[in-house]
Amino acid sequence: MNTRGLRSQLKDSVPVTGMGQQVGAYGVQDTLRSGFSSVKNELLPSHALELSEKNFQLNQDKMNFSNLRNIQGLHAPLKLQMEYRAARQIQRLPFLQSSHLALDTLKGNDESISFEDILNDPSQSEMVGEPHVMMEYKLGLM
Amino acid sequence: MATLSVCQPQLGGFSFENCKRNAVLEAEVTKLGCNVPSARKTGTTICGVVFKDGIVLGADTRATEGMIVADKNCSKIHYISPNIYCCGAGTAADTEMTTQIISSNLELHSLSTSRLPRVATANRMLKQMLFRYQGHIGAALVLGGVDCNGPHLYSIYPHGSTDKLPYVTMGSGSLAAMAVFEDRYKQDMEEEDAKRLVRDAIAAGIFNDLGSGSNIDLCVITKGRVDYLRPHDMANKKGVRCVYEHEALPHQTGNYKYKQGTTGVLTKSVIKLDLEVVEETVQTMDTS
Repeated sequence: MNTRGLRSQLKDSVPVTGMGQQVGAYGVQDTLRSGFSSVKNELLPSHALELSEKNFQLNQDKMNFSNLRNIQGLHAPLKLQMEYRAARQIQRLPFLQSSHLALDTLKGNDESISFEDILNDPSQSEMVGEPHVMMEYKLGLM
Repeated sequence: MATLSVCQPQLGGFSFENCKRNAVLEAEVTKLGCNVPSARKTGTTICGVVFKDGIVLGADTRATEGMIVADKNCSKIHYISPNIYCCGAGTAADTEMTTQIISSNLELHSLSTSRLPRVATANRMLKQMLFRYQGHIGAALVLGGVDCNGPHLYSIYPHGSTDKLPYVTMGSGSLAAMAVFEDRYKQDMEEEDAKRLVRDAIAAGIFNDLGSGSNIDLCVITKGRVDYLRPHDMANKKGVRCVYEHEALPHQTGNYKYKQGTTGVLTKSVIKLDLEVVEETVQTMDTS
């Protein structure tokens, strides 16, 4: 059976640092923005797949780039990453929906469909980000 | 988390926001003694066999939800591409979505390579996706098709392991079906023999496993031709007592009428009534 409760996950989960609290100014918890903190909530993931899904794309890219470096030399991943960086800049302000067309074409996402395209489509989400806060976060002023 | 959407834009895909809440709810509900609603599973018998010119896939058609039959005639053989079909066991929604996603990906892939897709490609895509989700997607699949390299048959487990074999069975009735296969499988069978073998294997699963039932669907795939036989055989007809194969005529069980002539006739008198037509009217119906 695939239904697992939190109990079983608590037993064999390893506390990880990937779920860190939002740290505000002066290195203290930012209660106003991120709410009350609870050690148990932040220490253990709520689902076995949560962490692996959050970092999936990053890990895939890392693996592919290191393979590419071993096969073709350092220039290949460097050139590709430069192109990715350039393509990533073609987007609108963070609170608007951008299509990421150039980035998707480079990564090959335009020829595949996965759960990211079907479930929880960001363009259909009910919550809208607050423009000022998102701009501050993006520019690093927060 | 509500705060994350304030700072960063939301991403697509699975969202784990409600997992902690669900775990707490589940604990509360089990304390009260009730049951959480369970996902609809297919509790199935599916199987496939390689014969001389291609593949025969077979499946039953019952979907269960705990102890109740949720769907008496559901279709478990899913389309992946014109030459590849896939039977699915496990959680019904998972098999449906997984096969649809892989079918779309395979179509895009074949458009970009302008070639007929290969079964090994579908297998690799399915295996990588199921491994990524570590078995939480409960889809056990039997994938079969004919491509440029001949007929191929794979079985794919929910955690992402695959086997390439000449005959495979999956689902709760897999042991009953595998018993039939192990007894009667031969290499390079003819199409009719293969169809009969698969039909008998699924029937064994239907009659010996509670999770499988209703009709038998078959799918015969050969180079350039696909026969989707739904239903191929109605093993369990609703309202009819079971019919054994070796009897020549289906006897009418449950028919409690007396035969004509059981009661002897002593006398018979016929009185003719004279009726004459008095009036005849025609009323037209408004059928517009």
